Amino acid sequence: MIHRECGVLKTSYEADMALYPLPIARWTVGAIAVLMFGVVPFTLHEYYLSIVNLVSIAAIGALGLNILVGYTGQISVGHGAFMSVGAYTAANFAVRLDWPFWAALPIGGLMAAAVGAVVGIPSLRIKGLYLAIATLAGQLIIEWTINHVTFISGGVQASIEVPRPELFGLRITSQHQMYFFLLAFVVLATVGTLNLVRSRVGRAFIAIRDHDIAAEIIGINIFRYKLLAFAISSFYAGVTGVLYTYYLGVANYEQFQINVSIDYLAMIIIGGLGSVLGSIFGAIFVTLLPIVIRYAMEAFGGLLFSEAAVRNIIPNLRLILFGGLIIVFLVVEPEGLNRLWRNIRSYFRVWPFAY
Amino acid sequence: MRRFLAFLAGLVLVAGLALPAGANHEIVIGLQCDRTGATQTVGVKLCPGYHDYIQLVNSKGGVGGHKLKAIEIDHEYKVPQGMEAYERHKKEGAVVIGVYGTPHIYALAQKLTEDRIPGTSPGFGSAAAADGVRYPYIFPIAATYWSQGAAAVDFVKKQLGGLKGKKLAYLFFDNPAGREPIGVLEDLSAKEGFQLKTFAVPPPGVEMGAQVLDIAQRYRADFVIAHLFGRSPSVSIKELKRVGYPLRKVVSFVWGSAEADIEAAGGWAVAEGYNVMQFAGVGTDFPVLNEIREMYKKEGKEPPAEMASTVYYNRGVLLAALHVEAIRNAVKAKPDGKLTGDDVKKGFEQISGFTLGGLVPPLKITSTDHEGGGLVQIYQVKGGKFEKETEWFSAYGDVVQKHIKDAGKKS
Repeated sequence: MIHRECGVLKTSYEADMALYPLPIARWTVGAIAVLMFGVVPFTLHEYYLSIVNLVSIAAIGALGLNILVGYTGQISVGHGAFMSVGAYTAANFAVRLDWPFWAALPIGGLMAAAVGAVVGIPSLRIKGLYLAIATLAGQLIIEWTINHVTFISGGVQASIEVPRPELFGLRITSQHQMYFFLLAFVVLATVGTLNLVRSRVGRAFIAIRDHDIAAEIIGINIFRYKLLAFAISSFYAGVTGVLYTYYLGVANYEQFQINVSIDYLAMIIIGGLGSVLGSIFGAIFVTLLPIVIRYAMEAFGGLLFSEAAVRNIIPNLRLILFGGLIIVFLVVEPEGLNRLWRNIRSYFRVWPFAY
Repeated sequence: MRRFLAFLAGLVLVAGLALPAGANHEIVIGLQCDRTGATQTVGVKLCPGYHDYIQLVNSKGGVGGHKLKAIEIDHEYKVPQGMEAYERHKKEGAVVIGVYGTPHIYALAQKLTEDRIPGTSPGFGSAAAADGVRYPYIFPIAATYWSQGAAAVDFVKKQLGGLKGKKLAYLFFDNPAGREPIGVLEDLSAKEGFQLKTFAVPPPGVEMGAQVLDIAQRYRADFVIAHLFGRSPSVSIKELKRVGYPLRKVVSFVWGSAEADIEAAGGWAVAEGYNVMQFAGVGTDFPVLNEIREMYKKEGKEPPAEMASTVYYNRGVLLAALHVEAIRNAVKAKPDGKLTGDDVKKGFEQISGFTLGGLVPPLKITSTDHEGGGLVQIYQVKGGKFEKETEWFSAYGDVVQKHIKDAGKKS
C-alpha cells in the first residue's frame, strides 16, 4: 500500500475528490471510528467518558475557531461570547417556547453566526492585533449585555435551566448517552470542516489569509468572505455553546467568559493553526493535560512532600507544569501538535530509511 | 526525532503509572477546592480547615467506626475542571460533594439531582436553592445572599435606630452573585421606607474610585452594604477610607470579611470600625479548634499556619462538621456504613441544634428548608481583631421566603 503514494495515478473524478486518497488513511479513519463508537463507550468507565465528553465539546469549538484564525487569518478573542449567544438563544427558545433540542440547536448556532458576523465587521478595515482588540470589545459587550438584560438572561442570576435533550423519544442524561450524542456532533463538525476548507469557500479563506490584497485582485469578494468566515466560525461556537448548555443542563454566563476565549485560542495554537486534526489535538491536549498532571502529582507527590503540602502544591505545580509543557511543545514544534504528528508519521513511512 | 519519540513514550508510561488503583471501604467525601483560581485567597485557608476536621474525626475512630476519606480536587474556578472533578468524585463513590463556586453549583444542579448525591454550597450559589423541594440535592447550609441582604438591613436598622428616610448604598460586584440580593433589598426599602441606591463595580473589581466618591460625597449614604469578592473588598476599604467615609458605617457580606481582606487593605488599623458578616464563628476560642491543636501536638507537629486565618479556616471546619454530621445521622440509620447519597441527604435534613461549641450557628435543616434558617453573626474590626457585635440572628424571614417562593413559581 505504501508505494502507491508515488505519483498521481487517479483515473476518476471520485478518486480525485476523495477525502482520504490513500487506503491506509481510510483504514485508519475506519479503525478510529470503530474504536470511538464500538470499543471506547463499552469498555471505559463513565468517568473517563465524561472527560471524552469535555474534549468533544472543546473540539467542536476549536474546529470553529480554527476556520477563522487558522484558515482565514482573522483573529478572534470573542469566541467565548459567541458561545454564550448560542447558549442563551437555545435556552430561551427551549424554555419559553418549549422548542425541542433539535430545533433549539440550529437557532442557537444561527444567532451566534449573526452576532459573530456583526462583531467581524471591523475585520474589513483592521487586521492582527487591532482586530484582536476589536473582537475583545465584542466579547465584553456581549458579556455585559447578557449579564444585564434580564430578557435574555432570564433573571439576575443570569442562568436558565434547560431540560435534558430528547431525540426520538430518548432522554439523554447519562455520560454514556451524552458520549454518543456529542460524538455525533464531533463527526459532523470534523467532516464539515474537512470539506469546507477544500471547497471554493475554503480556498477563498486561505487566499485571504495568505494575502488579502492578492486575493481581492484575483476576484475574491473580501467583504463577503471575511464576514462569512466570522459567521461560520461563530456558528460552530454557537453550537458548542448549545451543546455545553445541554450537557450541563444550564446556561450560565460565567461559563463563557474571556478566559474561555483564551483557552480556545490556546487549543488551536498548540494543536496547529490551519489544520483540522490540529484543532482536535489541541482540544485533547488542553483538556487532558491538567488531568494527567494531577494524576501524576497524586501518584508521585507523596514521595517528596507531606500530605497537607501535597494538597497545596498539586494545584500550583499543575499550573506551572501546564504552562511549561505548552512552551516545551511549542519550542519543539512551533507549528503545533499537528506538525509534530506529521513528522512522526513521515518518519515511520520511510522507516527504516532516513528519507 | 528518535529522542523525541523516546520522550513521548516516557510520558505515556508516566501517565499510565499515575492512574489510581483500587477502591476502599471508607466513606468517601468529594471536596472541590480553589487554591489557584479567581478566589484563591479563600481556598488556601478553607480547605486545610476542612481536612483538619476530617482528620480529627478519623483520629477519634471515624463515624460509627467508619473512617472518612475526603478527596480534594482543585478546579481553578473553571467549570469544565469542576465537571471533571465531580465525575471523579462520583467514580470514587463520594456520598456528598462540597461544591465550590457559584457557576459550579449551577452547572452541577441537574447532575446532582439525577445522580442523587447531595452537594453543599455554603454562603454562595443560588439563593433559590434554599427550597428543598425544588432542589432536593442542593444544600446551601449557610445564609444565602438573600438572607445576608435581609440580615444586613436589620443590622443597619439597629445601628441607625430606624430606617425611615435613611439613605442606604449597596456597593456590589457586577456579576449574578452580586446582583442576587438586589430584589430583597428593594422589597425591604419599600417596606422600611429607606432610600436605596445601587453602585455596581465591574469585574475584575479593583477600580471603584468613582462609585465610592459618589457614595461618600454626592449621595452621602447613611450606611453602606458591600457585597464584593476576591481582591475588591480590600480595595473598597482603602477607597472608602481615602474619601473619609467612616468604616463603622459599612457592613460587608460574607466574602469580604476575612483577615486577608483587612491585611490587603493596609492592616487592622486602617480598617478600624469595618463591620463584617460571618456564617461561621470567628476566632480561635472554640473547643473544636483546641482539639485540632491537641491532635497536632500529639503527632509532634505544629498546628498549621492556616489556623491563624480564623474566618476561612473556621468556615472549612464548619463545612466539614456539617458534612460529618449528615454522615453521622446517615450512619445512625444504616450502621453498616454502606451509605448512598440519599442516606446522606436525609442525614442533612435531620441536622438540628448542632453548634460545635458556637462555631456553627444553630441550624435547623429540613426537607423543605435546606438553608437552615439563614443565620449570621456580625463582627467589627476593633483593636486589631474581629470583635463580635451580634449573636446568631436572621431577619425578614417573610421577605426572603417570598423570594424563594417566587423563584420556584417562575420555572
